[in-house]
Amino acid sequence: MTFDYYPGCTLKTKAKELDIHARSAAEALGIKLEELTDWQCCGAVYPMAKDEIATRLSSVRALAASRDNGRDLLTLCSACHHVIKRVNNDMQTDEEIRTKVNNYMSPETEYHGETKVVHYLEMLRDTIGFDTIRQRAVKPLTGKKIGAYYGCLLLRPNKVMAFDNPENPTVLEDFIRALGAEPVIYPYRNECCGGYISLENNELSAKKCDQITVSALENKADMLITACPLCMYNLDANTNSEHKTKLPIVYFTELLAQVLDI
Amino acid sequence: MLQKQQLQAETIRRISGVNTRKCMKCGKCTATCPAHSEMDISPHRFVSMVENNEIDALMSSDSLWKCLSCFACVERCPRGVEPANLIEAVRVTAVRMQNRNRLLPENIPSLLNNKLPQQALVSAFRKYSK
Amino acid sequence: MQRIGVFVCWCGTNIAATVDIDTVVEAMKREPGVVHSSDYQYMCSEAGQSRIRNAIKEHNLTGIVVCACSPRMHETTFRKAAKAAGLNEFMVEIANIREHCAWIHKDRTEATEKAVVLARTAVAKLNLNKPLTPGTSDVVKRALVIGGGIAGIQSALDIAEAGYQVDIVEKEPTIGGKMAQLDKTFPTLDCAACILTPKMVEAAQHDNINLITYSEVDSVSGFVGNFTVKIRKKARSVKADICSGCGICTEKCPSKKAKSEFNMGLNNRSAIYIPFAQAIPNVPVIDRDQCIKFKTGKCGLCAKVCPADAIDFSQQDEIIEQKYGAVVLATGFKPIKLDNFDEYSYAASQDVITSLELERIMNAAGPTGGKLLRPSDKKHPHTMVFVQCVGSRDTTGCGKTYCSKICCMYTAKHAMLIREKYPDIDVHVFYIDVRTPGKNFDEFYRRAAEDYGVNYIKGMVGKVAPTNGKLMVQGSDLIADRQVIIEADMVVLATAIEPDQTAKSLATMLTASIDTNNFFTEAHPKLRPVESPTAGVFLSGVCQGPKDIPETVAQASAAAVKVVGLLSKDKLVSNPCVAGSNELLCNGCSNCQHVCPYGAIDYVEKEFRINGKIKIRRVAQVNEAVCQGCGACTVVCPSGAMDLKGFTNQQIMAEVDAICR
Repeated sequence: MTFDYYPGCTLKTKAKELDIHARSAAEALGIKLEELTDWQCCGAVYPMAKDEIATRLSSVRALAASRDNGRDLLTLCSACHHVIKRVNNDMQTDEEIRTKVNNYMSPETEYHGETKVVHYLEMLRDTIGFDTIRQRAVKPLTGKKIGAYYGCLLLRPNKVMAFDNPENPTVLEDFIRALGAEPVIYPYRNECCGGYISLENNELSAKKCDQITVSALENKADMLITACPLCMYNLDANTNSEHKTKLPIVYFTELLAQVLDI
Repeated sequence: MLQKQQLQAETIRRISGVNTRKCMKCGKCTATCPAHSEMDISPHRFVSMVENNEIDALMSSDSLWKCLSCFACVERCPRGVEPANLIEAVRVTAVRMQNRNRLLPENIPSLLNNKLPQQALVSAFRKYSK
Repeated sequence: MQRIGVFVCWCGTNIAATVDIDTVVEAMKREPGVVHSSDYQYMCSEAGQSRIRNAIKEHNLTGIVVCACSPRMHETTFRKAAKAAGLNEFMVEIANIREHCAWIHKDRTEATEKAVVLARTAVAKLNLNKPLTPGTSDVVKRALVIGGGIAGIQSALDIAEAGYQVDIVEKEPTIGGKMAQLDKTFPTLDCAACILTPKMVEAAQHDNINLITYSEVDSVSGFVGNFTVKIRKKARSVKADICSGCGICTEKCPSKKAKSEFNMGLNNRSAIYIPFAQAIPNVPVIDRDQCIKFKTGKCGLCAKVCPADAIDFSQQDEIIEQKYGAVVLATGFKPIKLDNFDEYSYAASQDVITSLELERIMNAAGPTGGKLLRPSDKKHPHTMVFVQCVGSRDTTGCGKTYCSKICCMYTAKHAMLIREKYPDIDVHVFYIDVRTPGKNFDEFYRRAAEDYGVNYIKGMVGKVAPTNGKLMVQGSDLIADRQVIIEADMVVLATAIEPDQTAKSLATMLTASIDTNNFFTEAHPKLRPVESPTAGVFLSGVCQGPKDIPETVAQASAAAVKVVGLLSKDKLVSNPCVAGSNELLCNGCSNCQHVCPYGAIDYVEKEFRINGKIKIRRVAQVNEAVCQGCGACTVVCPSGAMDLKGFTNQQIMAEVDAICR
């Protein structure tokens, strides 16, 4: 199966590991990722104000291109996924936004939200299946206790993201099980790491990250995984060093590639 | 002045898509907010202040820059009020005014470090400046 | 030609302020068939009615149109008045110029114009009315109560005391319902069992009450006064008539891993079990999913130890059929599932419990013998947090839009009882509003706060995080405008309640309507609160809407009075506005039979003489005793053979013509 792939800016620079391993693992699992030509930055945050049209355009361009290619659009970075999926929802449900965007872009065929946006994890779960991954695991992480860190953007608002139970998600835990490791459930796995606030207020982010890591450690996690470069950065840069050494954090795709022995 | 605030409040209600009258004042948004310790005006007060056209105080509130857009309040509100949308609408109303950009390009170099992802910069620019 | 009288009511200023009465009166004088038109301030008053009676006699009227309020309000009044003056009561038509006109319009000209149209429409119909005579049907002097909680028990006792036979059908192995699970009851704090179990015994021993437990209603047919009900008695695997209730079987049963339903899953029970000590009937039941004998074929220990030889593994479900004159719905409620509220960590932590679970923990006969202990480690808690409105007043689709009504009071009760018994425990209650309408209710709540030191916090909880064996409760204190974090040992969720799942299927069987929340709808929200819109079906307890025990008992008795009123009649007057088929026009298509919700239409083969030849044709026949006059058949009939008396196709068309004129 082939997906159109939208990597996003950060995956080309600071989060190369997230991207590289995702590509190699997908290939190994028989999934073709066709990088969208000429994709543009999604803007990293979803424009909540309804009169923000320009900030929605890059997402719509990617979505419309994917529609024209006749493929589902696969995303990986939590932020890109959040923005593109929500803009797609606007194009499906908000007539004013839809009209204004189409008027501005005047594409050959108007875009009305036809494309299906799929996160890499959803592809693993629904297209490949975690059972297949379990069978293909060459180097299973037996005995490892891994905490999933979801953060905010994949899960909320559930009404639009429809990714998993926003308060008690399971997809990353199922993924961890498929890798042969034991998932650690801890209560702060869906709480915010501080996001972009760390640019001007490290302390708040540090407070949030501390809560997350302490909670994961207390529940006996020896590693955290995430799908978001900003979560990764905050948990790395804003966690005190003592916790950091006890609790390394990696992208989930790194572990996947490792288990598949790529 | 009152009329100005009223007009601003109407705009904020419109572009946020929030019907402030749906709020039943339970305070679950404030209970949920992960940035509450940094806020001068709590999320639940945003809702009632927009409802009452008290926009000046909100426009100068520090809370505008503390909201993490984590959508926890949106998710947990039992009435579907979406307080985060409201805070965002006040924030864009503020940054669209003259000289209200909070993050200036010339300040960026001092904020950079080796590991800072592009995502953080782009997000912050979108949130703090027009 | 009819001789019609029109009577226009002012309804004080209700109508007269918006509708120009004189214009209506004068306009009606010009309508065909109208020989008299007049007005009066209050047509429903005795003076108004006597004007109607006199006019009927004086002008020799054959029918009357009353332009007034909704026929729901006073149709019966005016029919009686007409009848007293010698008119057939079905020669009365009401033009609703109050609810349908005066109340919804502001513009006087517009409203007056519409009132004229409504009045002339009624005149047009009345010109085609024919006198109708209602028939009669018998009343079976027996009532069925569905649900054996406090609502069903009270309704049954009151009906039985009035001298009528009552059957209570209860789906659980015992009667008692949710009240049996409660510890103490507000605001007097009597022990629930102490006031309920005597009533359970009274019901069991009453000569006129027959308990049919561990049974469910399978199907219902018939109509008011004459329902036929099939009841499925589920196989208990124990012969109830010879079991002595000694309980040896439940002690010896080796399968003891089933969660006790009565104790909200907080401890286990055996596969053969009696739900609780005071259960009625005191006869065990075998849970076949848990029983080793049923699962593997081996065991049968209960049969070996039973001194009465009452165990019967071969018992089958049994269907019994019974006729009833009236049905009382008392199906009750259950707490909602908390799957949509994982932020409170109900599934993640054993120490986050529902209020009903707390009732069991507080109860002397409960899993902890009445000692307040944390479920996770059986330790004494020091800080407890109560969260109100969990799943209530939620418009997002995750919970229920309504207020569950009982939670404020039982939370105050829990908080007070805990502070009284264990003064060392800090008790915090997060509330949105405290709602305490009821006799001595607000005083009770204030006592919890003022005398017992319960800390009421105006705000809500956003998250409960199980941390280090404690529960970090993150909430808001709106009065202080701050976020608070309470390190608690236990969290109690005042969980929303919803109707029992059986309500929906029963509503279909009985054609009783339910609302969007699956609560049964009453015939009128204020004036007929214990009757369902379906004749002969009555409502008792929470199945109609959230309510506490005093209200439930009051409603149960009210429903019983309605039942007794019905059963005391020997004959019921039936509605003459029923369907009838013109056999000469009927083409035998069966459309009417398929849409009839009451099963009132049968097809028969009949001989007809057509052009001198005898032909056998299949034609529809309406059972007038069963027909409710809904008119569905007349709409689907392709040949126009089916017609509804009092609302004939011709009459409806005349009305439409009058509106369009």
